[in-house]
Amino acid sequence: MKAAAEPINELKIEGITKRFPGILACNNISMQVSRGEVLALVGENGAGKSTLMNILAGLYQPDSGTISLNGREVRFHTPNDAYACGIGMVHQNFMLVPNMTVAENVALGLKSLHRFMNLDLKSAKARIMEVSEHHQLPVNPDAHIWQLSVGEQQRVELIKTLCFGAQLLILDEPTSALTPQETDDLIDRLKRMTGELSIIFISHKLNEVKALSDRVAILRHGAVVFNGQTVDHTSADLAALMTGREIHLPRNEGLSMGGGVVLQAQDLHVRGDRGHLALDGLELELHAGEILGLAGVSGNGQRELAEALTGLRRVELGKVDFLGADMTNKSPASMIAAGLGYIPEDRHHEGIVPKFSVKENLVLKDFHTAKFSWSVVLKQGQIARNAESLKASFDIRCSSTSAAGGSLSGGNIQKVILARELAREPKALVAVYPTRGVDMGAQEFIHSQLLARRRAGGGVLLISEELEEIMNLSDRIAVIYKGRILKVLTSLEATRERLGLLMAGVADE
Amino acid sequence: MNKFKIAYGAGVILLAALAAAVLGAMVLKAIGASPVDTYVTIFTGPFKDVFGITEILVRAVPLILVGLGIAIAFRSGIINIGAEGQMLIGILAATATALALPGLPRYTLLTLIMLAGAIGGGLWAGIAGLLRARLGVNEILSTVMLNYIAAQFYTFFLRGPMIDPGELETGSGTPQSMRLPESAILSHLIPGTRLHTGLILALVLCVCVYFFLWHTTFGFRLRAAGAEAKAARYAGIHVPGSLVMAMVLSGSFAGIAGAVEVTGLHHRAIENITSGYGFAGIVVALFGALHPAGIVPAAVFFGLLLVGSDMTQRSAGVPANMILVLQGVIILCIVSAKMYLNNAYAQERAARFFSRLTSKPSPESAKDGGQS
Repeated sequence: MKAAAEPINELKIEGITKRFPGILACNNISMQVSRGEVLALVGENGAGKSTLMNILAGLYQPDSGTISLNGREVRFHTPNDAYACGIGMVHQNFMLVPNMTVAENVALGLKSLHRFMNLDLKSAKARIMEVSEHHQLPVNPDAHIWQLSVGEQQRVELIKTLCFGAQLLILDEPTSALTPQETDDLIDRLKRMTGELSIIFISHKLNEVKALSDRVAILRHGAVVFNGQTVDHTSADLAALMTGREIHLPRNEGLSMGGGVVLQAQDLHVRGDRGHLALDGLELELHAGEILGLAGVSGNGQRELAEALTGLRRVELGKVDFLGADMTNKSPASMIAAGLGYIPEDRHHEGIVPKFSVKENLVLKDFHTAKFSWSVVLKQGQIARNAESLKASFDIRCSSTSAAGGSLSGGNIQKVILARELAREPKALVAVYPTRGVDMGAQEFIHSQLLARRRAGGGVLLISEELEEIMNLSDRIAVIYKGRILKVLTSLEATRERLGLLMAGVADE
Repeated sequence: MNKFKIAYGAGVILLAALAAAVLGAMVLKAIGASPVDTYVTIFTGPFKDVFGITEILVRAVPLILVGLGIAIAFRSGIINIGAEGQMLIGILAATATALALPGLPRYTLLTLIMLAGAIGGGLWAGIAGLLRARLGVNEILSTVMLNYIAAQFYTFFLRGPMIDPGELETGSGTPQSMRLPESAILSHLIPGTRLHTGLILALVLCVCVYFFLWHTTFGFRLRAAGAEAKAARYAGIHVPGSLVMAMVLSGSFAGIAGAVEVTGLHHRAIENITSGYGFAGIVVALFGALHPAGIVPAAVFFGLLLVGSDMTQRSAGVPANMILVLQGVIILCIVSAKMYLNNAYAQERAARFFSRLTSKPSPESAKDGGQS
């Protein structure tokens, strides 16, 4: 498949409407992108961004409305139709086969290279090198995907899409899994590519939108509520338009109460899934009434630390103390019973049981306690009342508390988890990437809830890759690098630059 | 929305049944039988008299019991294909109990027999559960293999230690146990038929299983571990333990099914006593959507198929084994249909199709090819 015959000078969508059972995902949406332009598409979770882009990429058919390229109406029945016209999409979750090389992954989609009993990998490599040099996206075509960092995988996705001849790139939250450095790097590269490509860029992060886009379109409840030049508006304006109200991400203003140590890790050695030492002598102290931010590039042991603290992963060597008692290698159940809360990284499969109803998910840790059962018989009425009250106080948006947890949007799933964990009034809470991929409104809410927990005297270990989030909320900030704590800074000492260097493994004095 | 979901589910199941019927008809045609006559016999034959109707229920009883066990296992995330073997072990345990304690009062003895059946089947299934929980042995393989071992055990006991001494005296040597004492035999519900009080036990257990799965903390644990093991572990549920427990429970229902068959119907342990209920019960459970309220009608439906197909042998000249072919076809159709039941995209497409049917035809429905 060579590049499409005709360059895309203008893409225009008019009156696109798409209904899902019970939801109007896109309501009469019109917008356009010209050659060399970057359009940022922003909006809260469930505003219809992804649906709209999936329509553009040929994954969904619109119920009504038209798409036209260079003034000619087109209709995409499959993603291949869209590719043939030069529209390529990079999905939020990478679509790469981990145990294949970069070249093989690209060749998978290049049907022209598929011959009988033979795959022309040489041409694939040549094409990759061509694209990679042309757009300054360095990559090793012989590397296996699993060997690459998330940032490099992202680059492979970009190259793959470009190899297919894309002239209009759709990027669905491309930075959501990247470190701050990788994000800056990506934005630089994308800027350079705009000379000959158009880009539609979906994001929650308004600073990125400001940095990259020429124009911005804001979706709310499936409709375009704003469409204009990026330079004319501040991030705060855009945030307000996005949610329909002013957003103030709360900050940790008060002084830490400096309570006693609630959770302590001493000389922790823990192995990762691949058998390597993911934690190598880690030391950490979490006090009551503080938020301790754990900054670090993902993959430096954060997940293993969270799992070791919560009893989900075996500790090889070292000690976990919780509330003064030695809890090393105690079962998850005993950690829960002792009052440890945990917001896991994988909210869809670990934080909730997707097939269970919202009300069942809200008692996932407490169904066996006297509050929700008489000996072994569940108190269904109590479980339902509990769900209704948490639904109201945590603003969980679902059709009913009997709806399956998995049917909720990411932000609302996160609120279910947060509601369950905070309702238990944990002495210590381990929160892993609590706002990853959730919209500004939900983010504001989650932040204020974490701060409220701190005020109530709980200790919060906040594991995050968002420096801004960590700096806004934390009393102290620890930087993790290769399974050890490199340094612990107070919030006053911490600057973006200093943290960035520490995260890259450069210890300062 | 919800109404549509129910209609969608019912529609898919009906289509699956239809597809099974058509495929079955092709096979019938191939062996030279008349599909129409055969189907008419199967579906109306058993209803001609009371005896026929009670026979359906007689078949339904073990199917319900096995199906309940299968549903518990599947809901808990472990697959049990070994109900056949678990039934056999349950029958051995029940028969041995009945023959060893003939002097006990009737209700005490019957309770003990059912318990023995449950424990026998449960322990047998527990082997597969432990292997899975401790060593990660695939339970599909282990339960199937345990079926073979159970079958050999069963034959060994019937030919050796438990053979009816009368058979040895007369020298005919039929491999069967002694007849159970009268106090160990379930009474008949309707005189002159074979329908026994096992039906009541099966229905009561249906309610128990429903209550257990959806209204107790044990059920909550099992379902959570089955629906998403990762989240269950995170929530402090001991997943390997719940797998073993699910398997033991599942097997104990198969064991009870065996105990009911021997005390209600055959009154002694004989060869081929399970009649394939251990496998048919899996189909019944899936057909009944792994829910007691679905399993009962599904079991009655399969009972009808079994009784009806027996009749085809006499009236339509079709071998009763044909029902096995039909069963196979139905399993295939159900498994395929389940893909559609769980597929949100297919459901969305159907929803759109119907909304287009109910509203005025839009110009959208006139499909023209893209210009790409």
